[in-house]
Amino acid sequence: MQAVSSGCPAGVHHRAGLRPDPLAGHDALMADFIQLLVAGLATGGIYALVAIGFTLLWQTSQTINFAQGEFVMLPAFFMLVAMNWIGVPFWGAVVIGILISVVVLGAAFKKLLVDPMLRHGVLPLAIATMALALFMKEAVKDFYSAEAQPFPPLAAAINVNIFGAAVALQSLIVVAIAVGAVVALQLFLTRTQTGRRMQATAQNPVVARILGIPVERMILLAFVINAVLAALASALVTPIYLAKFSNGEYLGMAAFIAAIVGGFNQVRGAIVGGLLLGVVDNFAAAYLSAQYRAAIPLVLLIVVILFRPQGLFGRVEERTV
Amino acid sequence: MKKLMLAAAFAALTATAAFAQGKPVTFAFIGELSGAGAVSSTNFRDGALMAIDEINAKGGILGRKIDLKQYDTQTNPGTARSQMQKAIDEEPYLILGPIFSGIVKVSMALAAQAEIPQIMGGEASDLTQQGNAYLFRTSFGQQMSMPKIANYIRDTVKAKSVAVVWVNNDFGKGGRDNFTKEMNSRGIKIVADISTESGQTDFAADVVKAKSANAEAIFVYTNEEESARFLREVRKQGLNVPLIGETTLLGQKVIDLAGDAANGARGHVGLSADIPVPAVQEFKTKFNARFKYVPDHNGIKGYTGVYAAAYATTKLGKFDSKALAKSLHGLTITPKDEPGILIETTWDEKGDIDRISYIAEVINGKQTITGELPKLGKATQ
Repeated sequence: MQAVSSGCPAGVHHRAGLRPDPLAGHDALMADFIQLLVAGLATGGIYALVAIGFTLLWQTSQTINFAQGEFVMLPAFFMLVAMNWIGVPFWGAVVIGILISVVVLGAAFKKLLVDPMLRHGVLPLAIATMALALFMKEAVKDFYSAEAQPFPPLAAAINVNIFGAAVALQSLIVVAIAVGAVVALQLFLTRTQTGRRMQATAQNPVVARILGIPVERMILLAFVINAVLAALASALVTPIYLAKFSNGEYLGMAAFIAAIVGGFNQVRGAIVGGLLLGVVDNFAAAYLSAQYRAAIPLVLLIVVILFRPQGLFGRVEERTV
Repeated sequence: MKKLMLAAAFAALTATAAFAQGKPVTFAFIGELSGAGAVSSTNFRDGALMAIDEINAKGGILGRKIDLKQYDTQTNPGTARSQMQKAIDEEPYLILGPIFSGIVKVSMALAAQAEIPQIMGGEASDLTQQGNAYLFRTSFGQQMSMPKIANYIRDTVKAKSVAVVWVNNDFGKGGRDNFTKEMNSRGIKIVADISTESGQTDFAADVVKAKSANAEAIFVYTNEEESARFLREVRKQGLNVPLIGETTLLGQKVIDLAGDAANGARGHVGLSADIPVPAVQEFKTKFNARFKYVPDHNGIKGYTGVYAAAYATTKLGKFDSKALAKSLHGLTITPKDEPGILIETTWDEKGDIDRISYIAEVINGKQTITGELPKLGKATQ
């Protein structure tokens, strides 16, 4: 067997991290930094959308959904079916994907799996969601394909100049949509009556019920919002990842870590955790080591758990959305 | 009465012989039908299936039809070993696959111990350098293809510096080491050495690194899906440098996945469904009609691999796995001998392959052949 070379072969001048040419100036370094930052925020924005789902479901119904990554993988295939089999244009397919997700990943998920399993405790439900994740992956393999599928980009490949750095328009659109969705959610939760009812349900469902809040409907709404966010994340991430049954594996883990790092019981924690993870991941790949990039989020998780177990923005024993 | 008994005995003997002759011969396909290698292996498997159906339609090999049993390695080395053992327990005549070099590496010793010839799709250079008398390639090893790419970069692209983007698995490491050696021998600088992971989805940081290296060309040596994602990211970030690669950059599946972003990618292809050979074009049409997608080089590998085994067995006149392995060493099959081989092919004593190859570029979403290189055995420097 050939030994794997661990050192640099002769002629290789540098590897892995960014070791800039001495002739490259400060501007080039700054341009790289900005490009990495925007790319990281774009990825992080997607993680944040998925992480918010973890938080919402946990806060309203103590559901830890280990199929959350697959909830992002599946809507891309709804959209592909709408585009390739029915001939719907891209943005129409995105809307169809979101609507189907609301029914399948929102209402049906709650009624058919969460409600029956939650009576038996949090752990059986968590295991049931693991089984659901496997089922979803295998179903996509069987009914669509085990191979990656092309997925249209969100916009043309145009670069925008930001402080001298050529930043991809597609990345900016991803950031804009992710931030827009998060802001809209925050406004909904804090400025509308329904949002405040959801908060009350999360804080104390018994008192909320006494006050006449339709607790069951509020919980269902949380599942529906989670499905919408997951479908939106799917439309944003699949042009980069390509549509594949296994896409949820890393996404689910990254979002789970983001939710814990940010604070599992706070939506704003999930947002910060997601963005932080995306940026750290990109900087680690570029400036530290591409080989160890997958380990960096886990290191971050360990550090946060050791020094701030409730997460960066989480609160101890408090439940609000 | 005596005549009747003789007739009965003759009938029984004939029936037994016919049964023995008609009993299907088992081929085992062990491939990455799911996981990161699914694109390559599905192509290989479908090519093999098509060849088997054609051979069976003509009566099989020496009167025996081929029965293909399939085993999924899930692109997982541990699973690959157990699947290989499972396949060997069924006592196949021949093993086809796996396709990924790392998966071949962990499982090939089992086939060799069982003395069953293994016609595989791996391209890592070291696979055939270990004295395994039962292992045979269906395409060039890296030690054969990298000199051709190096010449192309020096003579046609005229680049003085390159960035290398490679996948951190056996295939990628082997390719990167061979490529580096060839670049050094030609005085071309490698100004960035960027390793990526198998199954990697986000290439934003890698493209930024390649950009900052200011190389005159980028050599991309990753598997098909990763190549497509890398090409998309390059397009997204507006990097405008020649992207050079091998078949895993210029294959049809990569073009399908990357879309417009694949345009302009160029390099050396040892094997392609787009080469201007009528037999290959006919194969491509038949494959597309049957499986509803355009095959890449792996489809041809599976197809020609089966025909090579069928031709060698027919020449032997018997089903003997050990003898088949011996007969494949040093064998040359021309399309005149066996049309299913598509292009004249030679296997050397190590199981490495030799045939003509091509220079190609992706133009308007199609792989376009721009040059032909002769069979090796002639100097590549």
